[in-house]
Amino acid sequence: MTDRFAPGDLVRTSSRDPAGHSRLPRYARGAVGEVVEVAGHHPLADERARGRTAPPQAVYHVRFPAAELFGEGDHAVTVELWESYLEPVDRRGKGRP
Amino acid sequence: MSGDHSSAPVAAQVRHVEALLEERGVLDAGEIDRRIEAFLAGGSPLNGARIVARAWLDPGFRGRLLTDANTALEELGLSMGGGLQEQRLKVVANTDDEHNVVVCTLCSCYPIALLGPSPSWYKSEAYRSRVVREPRGVLREFGLELPASTRITVWDASAESRYLVLPRRPEGTAGRTEEELAGLVTRNGLIGTAAV
Repeated sequence: MTDRFAPGDLVRTSSRDPAGHSRLPRYARGAVGEVVEVAGHHPLADERARGRTAPPQAVYHVRFPAAELFGEGDHAVTVELWESYLEPVDRRGKGRP
Repeated sequence: MSGDHSSAPVAAQVRHVEALLEERGVLDAGEIDRRIEAFLAGGSPLNGARIVARAWLDPGFRGRLLTDANTALEELGLSMGGGLQEQRLKVVANTDDEHNVVVCTLCSCYPIALLGPSPSWYKSEAYRSRVVREPRGVLREFGLELPASTRITVWDASAESRYLVLPRRPEGTAGRTEEELAGLVTRNGLIGTAAV
């Protein structure tokens, strides 16, 4: 399976609040960050926690400015996120789809 | 998982399940303890210190470590393969203007196979919830005062990778041997809550 994102891509995390296990931390939901690196390919933890098998998918280091996550702060937080948690974001003026 | 929970209801449940598994012959008595011991054997912050000292002395190794840590570890006879499967290690390097610090906000993920058990504060709710939000203040409480110009990146071990911080080599250490340099590196330095 081809990775949907590459380093430099802007992505928005899901704002869904799932009923069960998720590895998308609550503080990082509905936020826009930049893909830094592919961190391997693994079955979605949410599915494994429910006892289901799942095909491996890309997991990414995604970097967020603190202000995007908390409304304040000058640091950055890099969170490791499964592809299923992410949607593409237009990077206006740079011709990205 | 939140720090000390030896008296929590879940601990009693785990003991109960363990007893049932032994009673029904699924597990031998003591099997879990033996598995944990085997998993931890060889895991020590000294491994991390060796990695850092080699990276300080050998720019080629440093480059390989930052690009593909798992392969670079083999050069020192180390691996991330102590668990059920080999885990990916991501090494992040501090520079003159950037400092890195590691946390697992969801639980307590840590490179145990390489470094041994994590310190208890690493698993505390206070550290896990605060360091992502106000790292500069938390690091100050650890005694690490960073210049305002130093950018801070917090790495949340929220998935399958484990992390190691490569501290900056202290000034005034020219001519030291690899072993002497390794002696300068602390466990907190490998997590990012100390300079070295």
